Amino acid sequence: MLLEALRQAVQAILRNMLRSFLTVLGIVIGVAAVIAMLTVGQGSTTQVKSDVAKLGNNLLIVRPGQGGGPGVSAGTAPSLSERDAAAIEAEVPAVSTAAPLSAGSMAVVFGNQNHTTNVTGTDNRYLAATGWTMAKGRDFYDSDILSGAAVCILGETVRQALFGAGDPIGADIRFRQVSCRVVGLLAPKGASSFGTDQDDLVLMPLRAFQRRIAGNQEVATIFASVRDGQTTDKAKAAIEALMRERRHIGPGENDDFNVFDLKQIATMLTGISTVLTGLLSAVAGVSLLVGGIGIMNIMLVSVTERTREIGIRLAIGATEAQVLVQFLVEAVVLSLAGGVIGILTGLALGFTGSRILHVPFSPDPWVMLLAFGFSAAVGVIFGFFPARRAARLDPIEALRHQ
Amino acid sequence: MTDAAPPIAPPLIALTGIGRVYGTGEAEVQALRDITLSIRAGEFVAIMGPSGSGKSTAMNILGCLDTPTRGSYRFSGVEVGGLSRDQRALLRRHCLGFVFQGYNLLPRMSALENVELPLIYRGIARGERRELAREALTRVGLEGRTHHDPSELSGGQQQRVAIARAIVGRPDVILADEPTGNLDTARSREIMDLMTSLNREAGITILMVTHEPDMAEYAGRVVHFLDGRIARDGSGGADAA
Repeated sequence: MLLEALRQAVQAILRNMLRSFLTVLGIVIGVAAVIAMLTVGQGSTTQVKSDVAKLGNNLLIVRPGQGGGPGVSAGTAPSLSERDAAAIEAEVPAVSTAAPLSAGSMAVVFGNQNHTTNVTGTDNRYLAATGWTMAKGRDFYDSDILSGAAVCILGETVRQALFGAGDPIGADIRFRQVSCRVVGLLAPKGASSFGTDQDDLVLMPLRAFQRRIAGNQEVATIFASVRDGQTTDKAKAAIEALMRERRHIGPGENDDFNVFDLKQIATMLTGISTVLTGLLSAVAGVSLLVGGIGIMNIMLVSVTERTREIGIRLAIGATEAQVLVQFLVEAVVLSLAGGVIGILTGLALGFTGSRILHVPFSPDPWVMLLAFGFSAAVGVIFGFFPARRAARLDPIEALRHQ
Repeated sequence: MTDAAPPIAPPLIALTGIGRVYGTGEAEVQALRDITLSIRAGEFVAIMGPSGSGKSTAMNILGCLDTPTRGSYRFSGVEVGGLSRDQRALLRRHCLGFVFQGYNLLPRMSALENVELPLIYRGIARGERRELAREALTRVGLEGRTHHDPSELSGGQQQRVAIARAIVGRPDVILADEPTGNLDTARSREIMDLMTSLNREAGITILMVTHEPDMAEYAGRVVHFLDGRIARDGSGGADAA
């Protein structure tokens, strides 16, 4: 009987193809929106987590100036120095290494190719702290660091821009007035959660950068790695205490530097993406509700249009339950068809969105199952009232209906 | 076979003191006042009468689509007034077949599918359903028209499909409400010949409402309604004219 009702429902739906499609459009849009949102949301959360893990899980970033995060200007606060980094490494037991770095954006040139990138002066501790590995060549020798030798390590993007398919090791590249020997190539990391290309950089010894490019002794940032087994909170507090002392900040005065825990970024970004996903899903949920009302509306129209048919069915011996099931099944088939189309559309949108945002495409089978169940529920809930109206028709009146 | 069942057979249908009132108070309408009618299995009964005489109301009650306000309706000894809506649906499904003036076929469904419809509600499997529906269509002379839509069939052919739908479940009774009302004389005669043969050969009891004396002539018995009462009840043929 149910199979029969299913067959009849499919026939009735196909008979009115355009109308059926327009009817389920609400459900399609709702489900597609939910699936696309959650897929992209899930993908960006995964991305943020893996990015932060790539940057180094237990990393504290010390910068001059108050509060904020990366990218906030240091303002007038005195800069940091190599000695600050050394002090943190020496005096904070929870910190294993503290890498100083200084950076600037400039054009780098090789032959007739040039490319504007971020040139960072630092040392091998930075490579270790932020999880860079060498694809080719070597990292810095201690002698490079101490003497500030004109050697550099390229990111993959810079290599491509300057050398195409060629091998950069041993070549001399130029930026500002400096000629610099390429000694190493970093293994690519890809795009970060912020959409920036992490491989677009050139590294050189800190002293080489300070002396030959910046022309000062300043350090812009210190990357402090927290020892395994130590909490970043504790290390952060210790660094803050040390820096206050070194920078002569009296009790009650505000810090003129800040120590940023990378995990905060992860938490913040995850939080934002959760809130956004939630909000957008709520909007999508409203769309599903509207879609359900659309189905109810069309089913009511359909019951009115088919009053005579219902009368005939009742006259030839259909019970109330059979008519109810017939219309209910039709509503459920409609909304399920909408749900399935919506899931497929949502996956396609999610895939495209993930590509655009450079996040992994991570479809969640549970979400799809939920969407499927939800559209079935919409069909049952919004189909019930019209179906009951059909089932309760008086056969005599229904047969007389024109 | 004769056109009347043996006189000792108990009545298939027994109406006793049936009244049907619509509305209440000022708007009260007495559609049926006092109908007592007994029909034996195998009879072919024509019901005649002017508009508003209560013949349609009587047909609805006989067809278990409506229930009387007072009186008793026994079908095969079962008191129909005591049945629920669904029980009456089951009675219609298994014992009654309907033929309407306007055919009442489902559009956009083939003749075969229309005839199959009552069997779907009986839960008969598709293959057997097809077979029975085809047989019924052959019985009414439409074996070549099984896959046509009602809109592709003439009025007479549509009414034959409707008759096939009525007989496919092997009912005890066919209730026909002006079955020839929309047809010309020649088509009407064909339909009446078909009904007569179903009555005589398959032994199906037929109750037919008509206001055409020519059609009533086919019946073995004619019951005249007037103002919600039976005015005359006699044998068919010349008596009806």
